[in-house]
Amino acid sequence: MTQHDGAYFPRDRNWHPKLLTPDYKTSVLRSPQKPLISFGNSLSETTGPVFGHNDLGELDSDLIQNYARSGESALGERIIVHGRVLDESGRPVPQVLIEVWQANAGGRYRHKKDGYLAPLDPNFGGCGRALSDDNGYYAFRTIKPGPYPWPNGVNDWRPAHIHFSLFGSGFAQRLITQMYFEGDPHIALCPIVNTIKDPQAIDMLTAKLDMNNTIPMNARAYRFDLVLRGRRSTLFENRLEGN
Amino acid sequence: MTKLAYLKESPSQTAGPYVHIGCTPNVIGNDGIYPQDLGAAMITGPAKGEQITFAGRIFDGTGTVLRDAMVEIWQADAQGIYNSPAETRGAADPNFTGFGRQAVDMESGAFTFETLKPGRVPFPDGRLQAPHINIWIVARGINLGLNTRAYFSDEETANADDPVLARIEHKHRIQTLIAQKERNTYTLDIYLQGERETVFFDI
Repeated sequence: MTQHDGAYFPRDRNWHPKLLTPDYKTSVLRSPQKPLISFGNSLSETTGPVFGHNDLGELDSDLIQNYARSGESALGERIIVHGRVLDESGRPVPQVLIEVWQANAGGRYRHKKDGYLAPLDPNFGGCGRALSDDNGYYAFRTIKPGPYPWPNGVNDWRPAHIHFSLFGSGFAQRLITQMYFEGDPHIALCPIVNTIKDPQAIDMLTAKLDMNNTIPMNARAYRFDLVLRGRRSTLFENRLEGN
Repeated sequence: MTKLAYLKESPSQTAGPYVHIGCTPNVIGNDGIYPQDLGAAMITGPAKGEQITFAGRIFDGTGTVLRDAMVEIWQADAQGIYNSPAETRGAADPNFTGFGRQAVDMESGAFTFETLKPGRVPFPDGRLQAPHINIWIVARGINLGLNTRAYFSDEETANADDPVLARIEHKHRIQTLIAQKERNTYTLDIYLQGERETVFFDI
């Protein structure tokens, strides 16, 4: 069997947002200006922390319940967010720790620095995590977050979104991104979304309504697949010429 | 012509100012969801090696300290072995995770990891790298997580032979990666821009 344990495929930094994106104003003073130094992966990049079921609690993937008082639940549109984590070769990535965070149904975060006038929901913390299974599959239950205004332009609003953090098997795969919802008119207007130049890349971050997996009379499903960096096979690596 | 059937990596988006909610909820008082924040403790028992503090701050292009960043570090144990299934050379110290995560202090901007001085890890060509800590920084205004490394000021000989530091053409910039030792604390301030801009890596 081919061992995919070589270096990670290089990141396509034209596909990702550039570091300097002036329409997203905060990036202007926080983006390195000198060229990044590149080098081939060593074990420092191909290894990484891996987490297991013992690290997770029973309600970690259920944001409707994991902060709720006994007998109560979070307010808002009940949804299931589910999908697969694959690598760039299309192989499922098992045991990926996926952490999510989001605003509540009114667009308010449970965070001391968020002063938006929409109220907190006493039953919603906005934080969850799950592990992908052997097929790379994961699922969360939550409520659909609300859009909210943010200080960038005078009237900028974030589309409804859920933040995703992923740990693959190597530290070089570490990724944080955001998931948007199909059909949201704020996607096209958002300076943070538009740090990404390729419409296909934005589409990759847009979850699709999934009626097949919607639970009747209970919760709608949104499908969101994620892709982490792939790895070369080592078939021709670590072989000295002449051997 | 048919295209090769590779997928594209999910594009990155900023972690935003509220990264704590998902990654370090206990730090902002959102407790009761997770018993402990992930990566809060790196040393989990009687680990072998030299215990050190790794500390620093992150500055923007005006010299203002970032108060909303999250820093993750990943490093080998004292023998130079990573605590990871992808490690190929044997088992790491079971009392050391090698992974640390901290939200910087929301007032001072400081990060402070209680960790071990790492051993040396080989480069693919067999040369030994100098002891180092791998660093990943995310924050509001950072569109794609920044990778850098910390090396140690008391490892001059090893640093001089390090294959990654050797990739840095402008030698004066190597200093931006050297954590300065004072007693048991190694301090590395990270500059996102400016004359002292830290070397960041495309790994």
